[in-house]
Amino acid sequence: MTSVSVTDDLPDPSTRASYLTNGATLASWLLTRDHKRIAILYFISITAFFFVGGAAAALIRINLLTPDGTILDAETYNRTFTLHGVVMVWLFLVPSVPTTFGNFMLPLMLGARDLAFPRLNLLSWYLFIASGIIVLAGLVIGSVDTGWTFYEPLSSGYSSGALVVVVGGIFINGFSSILTGLNFVVTIHRLRAPGLTWYRLPVFCWSLYSTSLILMLATPVLAVTLFLVAAEHFFHLGVFDPAYGGDPLLFQHMFWFYSHPAVYIMILPGMGVITEIIPVFARKKIFGYKFIVWSSVAIAVIGFVVWGHHMFVAGESIYAAMVFSFLSFVVAVPSAIKVFNWLATLHKGTISFDAPMLYALGFILLFTIGGLTGLFLATLAYDVHATATYFVVAHFHYVMVGGMVSAYFAALHYWWPKITGRLYPESWARFAAVLIFFGFNVTFFPQFILGYLGMPRRYHAYSPELQVWNVLSSAGSSILAVAYLLPLFYLTWSLVRGQRAPANPWEATGLEWTVPSPPPTENFERTPVVTEDPYNYPEPVE
Amino acid sequence: MTTHEALGEQYPDLAHQGETAEFGMWAFIATEVLFLGGLFAAYTFYRYLHPAGVAEAAAHTKIIIGSANTAILLTSSFFMSWASLAARAGDNRVVFRVMAVAAVLGVAFVVLKGIEYTEEIGEHLWPGPSFHIETAEPKAGEVFYFLYWLMTGIHALHLMIGIGAVATIAWRARRGDFSPVYHSPVRVVSLYWHFVDVVWIFLFALIYLPGRGP
Repeated sequence: MTSVSVTDDLPDPSTRASYLTNGATLASWLLTRDHKRIAILYFISITAFFFVGGAAAALIRINLLTPDGTILDAETYNRTFTLHGVVMVWLFLVPSVPTTFGNFMLPLMLGARDLAFPRLNLLSWYLFIASGIIVLAGLVIGSVDTGWTFYEPLSSGYSSGALVVVVGGIFINGFSSILTGLNFVVTIHRLRAPGLTWYRLPVFCWSLYSTSLILMLATPVLAVTLFLVAAEHFFHLGVFDPAYGGDPLLFQHMFWFYSHPAVYIMILPGMGVITEIIPVFARKKIFGYKFIVWSSVAIAVIGFVVWGHHMFVAGESIYAAMVFSFLSFVVAVPSAIKVFNWLATLHKGTISFDAPMLYALGFILLFTIGGLTGLFLATLAYDVHATATYFVVAHFHYVMVGGMVSAYFAALHYWWPKITGRLYPESWARFAAVLIFFGFNVTFFPQFILGYLGMPRRYHAYSPELQVWNVLSSAGSSILAVAYLLPLFYLTWSLVRGQRAPANPWEATGLEWTVPSPPPTENFERTPVVTEDPYNYPEPVE
Repeated sequence: MTTHEALGEQYPDLAHQGETAEFGMWAFIATEVLFLGGLFAAYTFYRYLHPAGVAEAAAHTKIIIGSANTAILLTSSFFMSWASLAARAGDNRVVFRVMAVAAVLGVAFVVLKGIEYTEEIGEHLWPGPSFHIETAEPKAGEVFYFLYWLMTGIHALHLMIGIGAVATIAWRARRGDFSPVYHSPVRVVSLYWHFVDVVWIFLFALIYLPGRGP
């Protein structure tokens, strides 16, 4: 959106200190309250965690090259996939887009100076990094082999004491999430620039809003559930453990009451990113703005009442299962609305295939496959066949990795010039985007077939006749690994050698593009006044 | 416009900042409701599974101390509301006095709760190998006491944090920090205090009242 008062009469950008150069000491970073610097702190942390989780994934795929397990024994294998799941869910996917690009862009998009509670924002990062260290220490030094779900009674009865360390770390992580969500919700309500009405908000803000509601209202239930698991471990008393008179299904209900909405925490911000990028590279106004924003809210709300579909075979009553199955179909509708809106925006657009757009297009395709296979699993009869097989693994990796990680890379390239003040090398970036798409499909499509053929997840060995698909999947993962490492090199290179970025390299609308790249510490010299709807690109010429 | 030292640079004025802070506390209370909701759900589930066992065990709780504490907390909330009103008028002296009373009442609650806990440990009501209760379903009684210690313990922790916050605000009032334009910290802390109080009302009904009466 354009604003009336910002760009014209500004002093030369070079006279306003950018947030990057305003203070160079370590303390100026570690004690900062600037949302942009906190975003960078998060970015560095979650990048490290992403590669730790990725290394565990690589070990898993190498091990599954041969039917008897190539390099890991059964217990080490269990610990490896537990580490992969825990790290990727809580230390990468949940914080990924909100804490980095959300933190950086939200105040800029709102025309605000900072988030509502800057000190709380810094506290969130400290809680996050503390939880990361505790969780990793518990996983690497201890031996937690329960998978990321900590199902009872395995977790309370048979796991070592390190479980309490890991669970405690995730408890702390939860408060980091809660405070970030709270900060975003309050900021969006209270710090919009004059004239920036709800329906003039960029869709990214709406998706952060929906995500933040889930962060605020679902995470506390995870915290209390893990608190009960830890307490049970100490007192040997049954809330969840049947040996002490508890009910393991109660654990699953409480766990998935958080963890299913958490799936939407891990995809809604990605949908927001894609909705920002598509109009820019199609040079068109977004199609069906109100449908897109309300479908985000609908996903957040309906997402709270579908958790029971994780327990179709766990002894849930058939009537509950039927209701949860129905609701799981219902929650797919707003996602489909978004896909159709993206396609309608592309229709007759002037499309350019820069790297962010390539990731966005990849997102649409992979998310659609991931979403549709989710409907297979929401179907009671088919779920009985596919439960706990690689079909489920493939399904959620299509959404989480094909979807969210693609969106993360899309956001990274789209906003890189704004954040760093440098342009990245476009051809390398396009090459990496295509390679990620290719490697991803080779890795995960075979897993649908493996699951359909009945290969269960979480085993370090499998029947020999399934080897061909496993080798294909592992081969794909090696391509994926290279493709994920590439940006690390060319983006780092661009920090030093990249061309200086102008304020608005994509000629995009949106308040974040009206400030210099990189933005000055105070963001806007004067609070902007918004007079137009978002994505106001000129009408295409027939 | 004169800038008040408490005004954050992202806010146009103190009123906007104050309302935002109150909204933030409401949002935080929403997250707390969900956190405690998990415990209440577990409690409800066990009471539904073992109605008689829970009722018998609950009859062993100290109703006199529990009732006294309920009265103490409700009274403290009255003083807290008084503090909010006085803060709006910018009367630092009254804010200091009534908040000090509220903090003292909070401390009284914690002391009584401590006495209650000590007695209960003496009666072997702490879950674990030495747990002992004379009821028809001692196992259900143990789970009840497990939840009792968790829920009242978490509540007491919240209350102690509240006492610290109230004491800080009272001290700031004594220093003369608040005025008709700037008093949101008083209102934010008071919201939190009332919330902790409301949680106790639910806990009192769920913990002390089952198994009593005809």
